[in-house]
Amino acid sequence: MFHRESGVFKTSYGADMALYPLPIAKGTVIALAVIFVLIVPAIVHEYYLSLLNLIFIAIVGALGLNILVGYTGQISIGHGAFMSVGAYTAANLAVKLDLPFWLTLPAGGLMAALIGVVVGMPSLRIKGLYLAIATLAGQLIIEWTINRVPAISGGAQASIEVGRPTLLGFAFDTQGKLYFFLLFFAVIAIVATLNLVRSRIGRAFVAVRDQDIAAEIIGINIYRYKLLAFAISSFYAGVCGVLYTYYFGIANYEQFQLIVSIDYLAMIIIGGLGSVLGSVLGAIFVTLLPIVIRILMENVGSLFFTASEMANVISGLRLGVFGALIIFFLIVEPEGLNRLWRNIRSYFRVWPFSY
Amino acid sequence: MRRFVRSWLGLAATTASLALGAGQAFAQKEVVFGLQCDRTGPTAIVGTVLCPGYQDYIALINSKGGVEGHKIKVLEIDHEYKVPPAIEAHERFKKEGALLEGIYGTPQTAALNKKLEEDKILGTTPGFGTAAAADGKRYPYTFPVAASYWSQAGAAVAFVKERLGGNLKGKKIAYIFYDNPAGREPLVILEDIAKKEGFEMRTFAVPAPGLEMGAQVLDITARFKPDFIISHLFGRAPSVSIKELKGKGFPLSKVVGLVWASSEADIIAAGGMGVAEGYNTIQFAGVGKDFPVIKDIEAMYKAQGKQPPKEMDSTVLYNRGILIAALHVEALRNAIKAKGGATPNSEEVKKGMEAIKGLTLGGLVPPLELTPADHEGGGWVEIWTVKGGKLVRTKEWFQGYRDVIQKHLAAEASKS
Repeated sequence: MFHRESGVFKTSYGADMALYPLPIAKGTVIALAVIFVLIVPAIVHEYYLSLLNLIFIAIVGALGLNILVGYTGQISIGHGAFMSVGAYTAANLAVKLDLPFWLTLPAGGLMAALIGVVVGMPSLRIKGLYLAIATLAGQLIIEWTINRVPAISGGAQASIEVGRPTLLGFAFDTQGKLYFFLLFFAVIAIVATLNLVRSRIGRAFVAVRDQDIAAEIIGINIYRYKLLAFAISSFYAGVCGVLYTYYFGIANYEQFQLIVSIDYLAMIIIGGLGSVLGSVLGAIFVTLLPIVIRILMENVGSLFFTASEMANVISGLRLGVFGALIIFFLIVEPEGLNRLWRNIRSYFRVWPFSY
Repeated sequence: MRRFVRSWLGLAATTASLALGAGQAFAQKEVVFGLQCDRTGPTAIVGTVLCPGYQDYIALINSKGGVEGHKIKVLEIDHEYKVPPAIEAHERFKKEGALLEGIYGTPQTAALNKKLEEDKILGTTPGFGTAAAADGKRYPYTFPVAASYWSQAGAAVAFVKERLGGNLKGKKIAYIFYDNPAGREPLVILEDIAKKEGFEMRTFAVPAPGLEMGAQVLDITARFKPDFIISHLFGRAPSVSIKELKGKGFPLSKVVGLVWASSEADIIAAGGMGVAEGYNTIQFAGVGKDFPVIKDIEAMYKAQGKQPPKEMDSTVLYNRGILIAALHVEALRNAIKAKGGATPNSEEVKKGMEAIKGLTLGGLVPPLELTPADHEGGGWVEIWTVKGGKLVRTKEWFQGYRDVIQKHLAAEASKS
């Protein structure tokens, strides 16, 4: 992710596919681990940990969507609904059967994967905008079903309260403790995705994305791989929904409406399609930018406005600045923040002797 | 000698602070209130008016020297009706040491109930959220002050009963609602009362976004032909319902809208006050400008050499903002008094909120009485009717079917 040699010296496929491109990368990973596991939770205020927590959850969802959209070239506007499937599955299991999170979490993911495959079936026949509308229908049907079936939704309020996750009697009940809980799953999601995309399955996904007919000719069963992409992607979404459920302490279908699907699409497009680092950067960008803009404005604005005037100005201006920044970054680098980062890196690789 | 020096220092400090002007004459204590708001999201129609109402009332209190020597700083965060930003807002409030927070939105309330309890910061959820949160034992830090959807539904039926001559036996009532959890919440209460009173109730769901309800309205007016309609809609839907009912020739005097179908903006969007003549609305805060506190705010703006903001004309929502702010201020005042003038912490402010009683602001605030067990304060509402181009009070603060609502609250409490 961070290191490159000054040229391409690889002589075998094995070296090309290695998780650590250079020996020093191992050192970077260890350093990152030390920073995020030991240093950050020790010195950072709980408020910033809560922001990191939101980012961790978003990373899981963005990675899942990127596997589908970025790596396999299928589109989905139904990921908000897949999250709700995971959320309600986990909440029902946790409340009715009193299961711990390490069972409800994979169960939620699996249920979402199952529903994802069903919603993804039209992808076998249609592509692009048509598929977008088909998955949109999936989103609406799932929302409607959860809303209308009390056995799933738990009554008129369509919300099920769950307790804090506990492990061997240890409850993750503060932002500081939830930090480790969510960090763990974000790391697993990142590592799993990194490994997925350099495996046979990942390469098959990319082949389907680049030209599905060609992929079929070289022996890739595109039906299987398209549905597999939907399954894996929805699994991530389901897990993301479960994490939201445990983080909020409630499963509520209004937390997973269409706008959420759009937000996640925005994350991966801004971050960079078909890239793990891009998903992470996109999740950070979309979650953090509105907050950063607001805090900046609060500090600058208090010099010019009274409190009540400022409240009015900030909300409107914040949306404007947020939108403008998205346009700005996409014009500067249409392939997203990931590409921007790579450009910066390759500039400095040969610095100061650029050619 | 030391005493001598200290008194001199004190005198010097007093002189210096006097020189700085009256505003800073005393070392002002400052407390922080958190306010979540939706000025840019799907319900911006509410947030853009309600939040200025809140801010203006706090500004008024501060301009009069604050609450028992405490100035209030409002930290407002716009969450666009999304849930993760609401969590962020809560954490931010906690970091800034907010003594309480105003929550906005039903899903946000659901996601924050547990956090409020863990962090011991009270949150007010006026007119939305879960009706069951009125039970202060079950949700110790959530305050659905004013009237929950259950109380509104009970009051609506009580009003209908009065209008239909005090007997509902054999009458027909239509309930048209926005098809979301908030829209469905009053159903249990309505069904229960229907059984008790012996009227026939039929429900008509309007799917989101509620801009098209020709079929439902035709079904109501041509087939069901009810004696009264109770309407529970949000966003742009109320104006559409008024227009459609008017178009089908149904008398609007036989319609009553719950609290989010009752602002001036809804009626104006339906074609103006003239079109909606007779339309009944349920209110949990007083309507209009005929309150001393409104005059005070106008005077405050005049004193600053500014025009009062145009949001003040949308009195239904603006006054609700004032109501929320007034409750927050009163909770703080109670807490400070209980502590003999010292700055309270958030738990003490919660106790202050639970001691609110007899706050009226000249009729803008309902005669609610908050207790540790009842966080709703009795579920008081008023009925205001469109008459001659404005909203007119037709029924003073009242409650409806408290026994039914209490029964359901008890049932909810036994569930957990």
